Amino acid sequence: MNQENKDCYVVDGKLALPYQYFAGRTGSRFLISLRDKKKIFGVKCNKCDKVFVPPRQTCERCFENISNNWVELSDTGEIVNFSVVRYEGKHLPRKPPFVLALIKLGGADTPMTHIVEGIEPEKVEVGMKVKATFSDEPTNTILDLDHFEPV
Amino acid sequence: MANRAAICAVAQIPFESNLWQQRVQGMVFPVVKSIMEQTGVSFGGEKGIQNVVTCSDDVFDARTISDNGVTDEVGAHYQGEEKVAMDGVNAIAYALACILSGHDDVTMVVAHCKESQSEDRNMCTNLAFDPFYCRPVGLDYLNLAAMQARAYMDVSGITDKHLAKVVELSRKNAAENPLAIAREPVSAEEVMKSPMICDPIRDLHVYPVSDGAIAMLIANEDRCREFTDKPVWITGFGNCMDSYFPGDRNLASNFSLKRAAERAYIMAGVTNPEKEFDMAEVHSSYAYQLPMWCEGLGLCGEGNGGEWIDGGGMEKKNVNPSGGPLGGFPIMVGGLAGAAEAVLQLRGEAGKRQIYGAKKALAHGTTGAAGQHHAVMILENK
Ligand SMILES: [Zn+2]
Repeated sequence: MNQENKDCYVVDGKLALPYQYFAGRTGSRFLISLRDKKKIFGVKCNKCDKVFVPPRQTCERCFENISNNWVELSDTGEIVNFSVVRYEGKHLPRKPPFVLALIKLGGADTPMTHIVEGIEPEKVEVGMKVKATFSDEPTNTILDLDHFEPV
Repeated sequence: MANRAAICAVAQIPFESNLWQQRVQGMVFPVVKSIMEQTGVSFGGEKGIQNVVTCSDDVFDARTISDNGVTDEVGAHYQGEEKVAMDGVNAIAYALACILSGHDDVTMVVAHCKESQSEDRNMCTNLAFDPFYCRPVGLDYLNLAAMQARAYMDVSGITDKHLAKVVELSRKNAAENPLAIAREPVSAEEVMKSPMICDPIRDLHVYPVSDGAIAMLIANEDRCREFTDKPVWITGFGNCMDSYFPGDRNLASNFSLKRAAERAYIMAGVTNPEKEFDMAEVHSSYAYQLPMWCEGLGLCGEGNGGEWIDGGGMEKKNVNPSGGPLGGFPIMVGGLAGAAEAVLQLRGEAGKRQIYGAKKALAHGTTGAAGQHHAVMILENK
């Protein structure tokens, strides 16, 4: 170490703040359906003719309240985009390598992001059909839908 | 009311990948001092700076109201101070609004970020996503960029080889920039051999972990000559925000960049972006973003990024003469670093990198995951 940096003291820190986020009424219904019924719901804006997932109370384009227009989505869908995550990270839900994908479910217009398993990452392709696998134990998060697997 | 605003001075510390021995305050103070020395500007009173615009990020600084950590260093105690928590080009735009409204006649922009402070910058950017649907599956700026890269490469014909060339050329430019981090040359072959870290993104496609600070002095037309003989005019600005959820966006469409550019070009009277700029600094933190953002900005034809790189477009159009983010620009500071390079070029002070006779430049900054928000600024020396 050069002399200029002698006696430099680095203090370890950590941001760890327990926090509670209200999921919203629309988000609550989505997460509860996922956990208790193993069903995936989207919401439809009739004005824009678009089915959104994750669901939201208000359409971002026309500001209509769409929170009562629930549409049950298929538990299977198509990979529209993906990446193979090959780096470590404490925020990541799996050890690398694992596949994160944008998956467009039957009945939805917007793809959702989720994990794809049950296939070697090198064999994943855009256009591949995948099916939801629900978690055995409730997590009370989006991970109640644990991952997707090729059909 | 003033009708024009000029950047009168820029100051930057040499960026580094791990300034562990420097507090953010120690990074910021030298650039503020440099602006004072270059221009003779003071704080407070009738003639001094009465309002400072800072730019920083709470999560990267690991403290809320991150500006409070540096208000004394930026001369903001007993003054006005406002923080922009987006890319620094938006902080210049805030200063522009202060000047054009007539509320201030001189103001300073100061940005900092010390990416190395956190254990993992991907953990920081994971927090930019919503806590219900995206954070738990591990989305961060790197893996969403990878999905954008795949979508863009599909529609543009950009290949791994093109990306390697972008990195090689960026490093070549960075080698001439004493303030850049990644200054050692790297060949396209080496880039293509670097490990895949998030397909199709390779390790060398990603900007280095970067620490740094920048300041700029901005004044109205009446007062700018007090501070410089070579004012650089801010003649255009536009920005645009795309949807938040990744699945709601067409990741390959450049939607928000096109809108941002359109607004900036209308304001500056730019009708042919492909021909009118002598140089451009594009905020491309990952190699694929350089041709993609150039398409969105109209610096090359849409869907033409691959051919454009093959034809030497990056060199001919003087894109990222500083080396750009691939040479090492911290998040938040990135667009401001590009704007600082444009100012040096327009003042004829860019040393070995000087583009002779440069008159009109474009500076670009992006905020959020995979270019959710874009800001475009036009700078001119006449
Ligand atoms: Zn709608």
